[in-house]
Amino acid sequence: MTRIGNHSAGTLAEFLNGLEHCSDASIFHHTFQTLSSHHYLTEGFSNDFAQWVFADANRDALAEQLAALDIRDYTSIAALRADLCRIVREFIEQHPEFGRQQALERFYFCESIEVNLPFGLTASNLEEFHRAIAHLSHSAFYFHFISSRLRLHLRTNDFSYWLANALGLKTLAESINRIDIYTNTLDSARAKVLRLVERERRKHDPGSTRESRPA
Amino acid sequence: MTPVQLANRVPLDDYAPVIGAGEIEEMRALAKPLAGCSVEMVNSTAVGGGVAEMLNRLVPLAEELGLNIRWEVMTGGDDFFEVTKAFHNALHGEPYHPEPAHFDIFRAYNEQNFKRIPLDAEFIIIHDPQPAGFIQARSQKAGHWIWRCHIDLSHPNPSVWDFLESYVSQYDGAIFSSPQFARQLQIPQYLFFPAIDPLAEKNRELEPEFIMQVLERYSIDPVRPILTQISRFDRLKDPVGVIRAYRIVRRYFDCQLILAGGSASDDPEGAQVLKEVRQAAEDDPDIKVLELPPWAPLEVNALQRASTIVLQKSLREGFGLTVSEALWKKKPVVAAAVGGIPNQVIHKHTGLLAHSVEGAAYQVRFLLSHPEIAARLGENGHAHVKENFLITQNLKRYLTLFLASLRAA
Repeated sequence: MTRIGNHSAGTLAEFLNGLEHCSDASIFHHTFQTLSSHHYLTEGFSNDFAQWVFADANRDALAEQLAALDIRDYTSIAALRADLCRIVREFIEQHPEFGRQQALERFYFCESIEVNLPFGLTASNLEEFHRAIAHLSHSAFYFHFISSRLRLHLRTNDFSYWLANALGLKTLAESINRIDIYTNTLDSARAKVLRLVERERRKHDPGSTRESRPA
Repeated sequence: MTPVQLANRVPLDDYAPVIGAGEIEEMRALAKPLAGCSVEMVNSTAVGGGVAEMLNRLVPLAEELGLNIRWEVMTGGDDFFEVTKAFHNALHGEPYHPEPAHFDIFRAYNEQNFKRIPLDAEFIIIHDPQPAGFIQARSQKAGHWIWRCHIDLSHPNPSVWDFLESYVSQYDGAIFSSPQFARQLQIPQYLFFPAIDPLAEKNRELEPEFIMQVLERYSIDPVRPILTQISRFDRLKDPVGVIRAYRIVRRYFDCQLILAGGSASDDPEGAQVLKEVRQAAEDDPDIKVLELPPWAPLEVNALQRASTIVLQKSLREGFGLTVSEALWKKKPVVAAAVGGIPNQVIHKHTGLLAHSVEGAAYQVRFLLSHPEIAARLGENGHAHVKENFLITQNLKRYLTLFLASLRAA
């Protein structure tokens, strides 16, 4: 669920001010959360900040830099915010005239409100894990595969963490963690997880012929 | 106050083929801790208008999920609805000089209504300005009070907004349809997009034969490209601008234009706009100006599905859910960047935005020249609606709000 904040920006200078002062939940919302709400897009839309700079502030070069930030590199919102601010600040310093230019539409800083509940699915082996992954909703898949990075403070996700630590399947865990969340939709990322798990299952049970399918 | 009897009950499981079984299970998981939780929805009309349409679908689904939900409609005389209509227009920014008597009428009907019913639910959702004064009943009755605002408050007439704000500020939270529609308030503000129902007649899948029948009925050629704008005949929807854009496109493409909207017979201004539209069309046989009956969801659905490109070239707009209707049908959309439209049309991702007649014409020509890009935008648009603008998502947002409020308390 989204909460509307009281910050908004009509220029890049105001945008920088907003980035510096908005809540951590707002930075999370416009970077991590947007991968969930726009999970079906694989081209050119990696976060709300880059999209606004591109479509409304009309500054392609800055948008490209913001879009190139990879949330997988961050295990804290503070570090992500620092890089966002640095990129925008440097751009304004180099092009002060663009800092005051009015954008087509204002940017409204919002926040995500997360409610976490058990989904009722558990897994203790690869087969159960495969079945559960196929069954998850988009937001549950996103929660475990993407936003978990912040929670774990590690450059990994819940699935890989469990596979490596509970089942000892480090190679499978790494393969799943290498799935590119920017060039995949959530559905195609899930399909890849399922294929990798299925391949691992066949290694342990060569008689298994079940086809992997995305949920 | 009148409790509303609900006619349309669509089981939640019917949505599984549309949104996936996992999404339904997630809603059931969200609703589980809320079983038996009492919710009261209050608005000012049981039929007609987007709010009543939405509540008609939402309330039975919430009930099926185990919530103890009821929907009440406030009553009022002509004097009340005249005042609230003037308030509504003023909140959209129109000039208005209210008299003290207008505020008295508003207060009196609110008091009359809230005294009649027990506002004792755990969650009380008050829709729009008409019943906003119900919050005065709160002192004796506990519960979470949320004001759901369906209108654009970005440029309100201060005299009416100041009056309304004195009530709104007493709520525990407010819900808006778009961040730009919200106000600077001290209470939490939430974003709930309006929603369409994928199983409603206006949006459900149609047989190709039915679509062909509708085209035949209106003498529309199914072979040549069809550009369509569905909206009432209102200057703010810029139908004449659409015709001008179409004429630019016609220099390059042999296409047709459909401008379809509800009957203008009981709306003097609409009748005048319709006349202007017909004059602008100048007997061009490829421009179809269609006055549809007041309730023609299947025809609207068929016209949207038959379209090559759907336009929404409004000069001002509320949320503009006709855009979501078209996107849901995987149609490439060219729309004005006004009101709530940019929430639905993410430029170059789920459609194309335009800021002028010439810009709209250019985007249409671009899409007609690049059908593969048009198809991709349509696919993305469908996914965007599925994720954000369906009635099931709306229900999920309410469940999340209730859970988050209970946990915070």
